[in-house]
Amino acid sequence: MTDDQQRFEPRIVGFLCNWCAYSGADLAGVSRLQSAPNVRILRVMCSGRVDPSFVFRAFQLGADGVLIAGCHPGDCHYQEGNHKALRRVLLLKRILRGFGVDEHRVRLEWISASEGEKFARVSTEFTEEIRSLGPLPLENGRLLHLPADEPSPVLAEVAG
Amino acid sequence: MSKPKLALYWASGCGGCDVAVLDVEEKILDVAEFFDIVFWPCAMDFKYKDVEAMPDASIDLCLFNGAIRTSENESMARLLRQKSKLLVAFGSCAMDGCIPGLANLTTREAILQFAYQDSPSTVNPGGVRPQPHNTVPEGELEIPEFDESVRTLGQVVPTDYFIPGCPPQPHQILAVLSAVMQGAPLPPLGSVLGAGEKTCCDECGRVRNEKRIRRFYRPGEIEPNVNECLLDQGLICMGLATRSGCGALCVKANMPCRGCYGPAPNVVDQGAKMISALSSVIDSQGAAEIDAILDQIPDPVGTFYRFSVPVSSLRRKQPA
Repeated sequence: MTDDQQRFEPRIVGFLCNWCAYSGADLAGVSRLQSAPNVRILRVMCSGRVDPSFVFRAFQLGADGVLIAGCHPGDCHYQEGNHKALRRVLLLKRILRGFGVDEHRVRLEWISASEGEKFARVSTEFTEEIRSLGPLPLENGRLLHLPADEPSPVLAEVAG
Repeated sequence: MSKPKLALYWASGCGGCDVAVLDVEEKILDVAEFFDIVFWPCAMDFKYKDVEAMPDASIDLCLFNGAIRTSENESMARLLRQKSKLLVAFGSCAMDGCIPGLANLTTREAILQFAYQDSPSTVNPGGVRPQPHNTVPEGELEIPEFDESVRTLGQVVPTDYFIPGCPPQPHQILAVLSAVMQGAPLPPLGSVLGAGEKTCCDECGRVRNEKRIRRFYRPGEIEPNVNECLLDQGLICMGLATRSGCGALCVKANMPCRGCYGPAPNVVDQGAKMISALSSVIDSQGAAEIDAILDQIPDPVGTFYRFSVPVSSLRRKQPA
């Protein structure tokens, strides 16, 4: 491992579904399980809520990886939101390949409310995977092409 | 009173936009009557030095078609910005990057290598590449530099309005020019003109059913039913992610929408919307089977972003 990779702390955005994965992350917390702190968690109502443009947006704003986690197949609170998420991620990965972005920077996991241990393990594993991939250097500078009316303090907070 | 001054310019594009202006047919005479056309290299004899000699902001309306691919395109964009009161990105290339923008999925080096070395019809044993500066017996030669990425007009200079389409449809061009000629109040700067505020599907008369797709087809593989939604039939139609305004022309010709009017209003990334929409209608729940269905889309990036790579979220292929 090079010096750069050792110094590099991956920034990961985690979209966790309200009903399973977020509760799983919560359980990991209250169970005091050790896990990498690199995943910045955003709670969404369903993994099927995660539009691909959210993922692109996360990369634009400085994320090196994006974790999407939802209920196990068959357990979706909305019947089939997680199935849509699966199809979406599979197609999104093909688009990322076309743009020269490693598809492993996006990861989809099924984490139930009782799987605190799995959330902790996935966070740590994914962080190490992104660390080995290195930072995502978006050509043209990350924030260059955002609309001019974007409030910059928010950007600084998210990116910082 | 002197007539308002109109300029038209053709940067990195196919020339179809200039033809589309002429496609307003006899109304072009009204345009020529109302405006003093001060610069239109495609149709009339002007030189760059004529533009350089004009006072700043002396051109009332400049319709700029074509993307920014070379240093020449860029310097003309800057010059015309300086000389024009209103600068309009005219057509998909100037607005979204269009077909030239697909070059952003590869690199400058790969393009030059193929064009001057690897293409089957090229014989170039000396490996000669065009140089921006060259000395020949007759004197010094200069050609424009070839940029690393294709950019849109709005990514190079402040742009007042945007007219989408590949090319913009003549009735839409006429609507915009007529509004100007009748002295209608100008819409807010940055507006998209000559187009609708909905998606192409809104202008499509086909019957839509519950979509469940297990097989995608390329145009030509099937003869689609003329009354049913093309996406229902497994053809990748970009209509749902594309701005209205063309009148669903391609769909009326039984061809799927290719997306030339650019992202629909409030859509930041045309391809992302296509990923979202197609993922919702693929009728499978197993990863392996889904992948097999997705394999039927040969070039998802080139299909979903055919007209919008330079304005997409990722903008170009990232360095390895």
